[in-house]
Amino acid sequence: MRNAFADEVTKLAAQNQRVVMLSGDIGNKLFDNFKKVDERRFYNCGVAEANMMGVAAGMALSGLRPLVYTITPFTTTRCFEQIRVDACYHHVPVTIVGTGSGLSYAELGPTHHSLEDMAILRTLPGMSVLAPCDANELRACLRAALKQDGPVYIRIGKKGEPTIFNEVPDLHIGRASIVRAGSDVALLSAGTMMGEALAAADRLHAEGISAEVVSMHSIKPLDVEYLAGAAQRFKLIATIEEHGLIGGLGSAVAEWRARANAPVRQLAFGTPDEFMHEVGSQEYARRKYGLTAEVMASGVSQAFRE
Amino acid sequence: MADIAALEARARTLRARIIETSSRSGTPHLGSCLSCVDILTALYFEVLRIDVNAPRSPDRDRFILSKGHGAPALFQVLAMRGFYPEAMLDNYGADGGVFAEHPPTPDHLAGIEAATGSLGHGLPIGLGMALAARIQRQSYKVFAVLSDGECNEGSVWEAALLAASQKVSDLCVVIDFNKWQATGRSEEVLALAPLAEKWRAFGWNAIEVDGHNMNELLGAFAIFAQGNERPTAIIAHTVKGKGVSFMEDDNNWHYRIPTAEEVIKSKIELGVPV
Repeated sequence: MRNAFADEVTKLAAQNQRVVMLSGDIGNKLFDNFKKVDERRFYNCGVAEANMMGVAAGMALSGLRPLVYTITPFTTTRCFEQIRVDACYHHVPVTIVGTGSGLSYAELGPTHHSLEDMAILRTLPGMSVLAPCDANELRACLRAALKQDGPVYIRIGKKGEPTIFNEVPDLHIGRASIVRAGSDVALLSAGTMMGEALAAADRLHAEGISAEVVSMHSIKPLDVEYLAGAAQRFKLIATIEEHGLIGGLGSAVAEWRARANAPVRQLAFGTPDEFMHEVGSQEYARRKYGLTAEVMASGVSQAFRE
Repeated sequence: MADIAALEARARTLRARIIETSSRSGTPHLGSCLSCVDILTALYFEVLRIDVNAPRSPDRDRFILSKGHGAPALFQVLAMRGFYPEAMLDNYGADGGVFAEHPPTPDHLAGIEAATGSLGHGLPIGLGMALAARIQRQSYKVFAVLSDGECNEGSVWEAALLAASQKVSDLCVVIDFNKWQATGRSEEVLALAPLAEKWRAFGWNAIEVDGHNMNELLGAFAIFAQGNERPTAIIAHTVKGKGVSFMEDDNNWHYRIPTAEEVIKSKIELGVPV
């Protein structure tokens, strides 16, 4: 995803003179091609994220289209107040990109985990929160973000995510993308959990349960039209995210169910209310928190048969 | 040549209006407003290249009141400069209005470039505007007024570092150095001295002036305008509550609201019709 991000913003910068890239001292060499397009539109802002976000807002107030890029906790929780006041209160088109989201950097420890980012950014008026599931959906998210008139947050993984879309999909912010149609249950997945969601659907299929798999790339705005239809078609939906159970996709869908008084049961897969104190790989961390196809399929199957 | 006497007369009138409005609307931060009046007067009536009839012109100079709690002073200056009718200020502080304790967003009031109020935000935003000028090949300059208390914020120094590394010479910070912050002497709360040396050490030109002396202020802005490879910080030594004897250097006026009688006394001292 990282490489696709660098490649796509380079293309967008070549097409649009207003695109500016701000990096928080990461991505050494990643942006060499961007700099070849126009060196004056790339800024390494150093390890100073609060200032970087304010600078981006100042650029956006001056008619530019800045993208702010660094590791997710540092471009979200670290500078939350700058996002709130400078980008959102002014409602300017700053695109914030967090790399290594969720448990992508599990082995780096909780300082580098991001399991709260969607929760906190979703609270900000006018902010769109996007979680693409693969490199091609990320490209589509970037193209859509640059057409917005307000701030957008895009949470991405690192590298090596399975390819879901063979080409850049037709994507609309606020409209869910059905990856696989189904008739018994719906698996609503945010971001890089899509590989596990599809594998869970395969397991359910083997048990005779038809699962619809959906990329909920827009956590905000939420596709309430899709959800309303899903509530009619399914008796069970499951939300899947590499994010805390407080405030992310699962919460957003639960809030919608309460508002809409929707008669559909929801299972929520995500991480619990804790920091992970032991070391481990992303795979280890996902197993620890039950974010595997096996555990999720088993949970859905059991709930479906209840 | 600037008409110094005329600028000083404007500053006296502005002070009287700020005090009167504070009393009428119950708006605090009077001391902080009075300390930056001369800086704002010099900028808006002599330095800034702005056209009140084209307030969004792309090549206009940008001004950001980073110490957003000085908004009651800025609102009076913008009205006097002609961005909106002075009569609009009659509704200061009214429910549903725009004139409160801090500047609203640019979409909500002509002349405002950035909504501030949370300290440490205006300079990074201004730096972004200055870099945008470079990217878009425009020649406007960006000015930001900060308070000394605001220099507590780490984001101020983050911005100072980036501005120096990028050699943003069209960026001018003015520190309204009134030696107080909300609850005490700024030097005692977080040791600021030597403030000018700090900015120099961060790679900026630093110029120290009497922030109530129009000639010195205009001289510093002229040095900035000559340009070189560094951003400029003007350390303006000021007095909190400047212009009214019983308010000067008395930090109670960070939050105190003047009575009707104190408004009259202030006007007499300022030589403004009561």
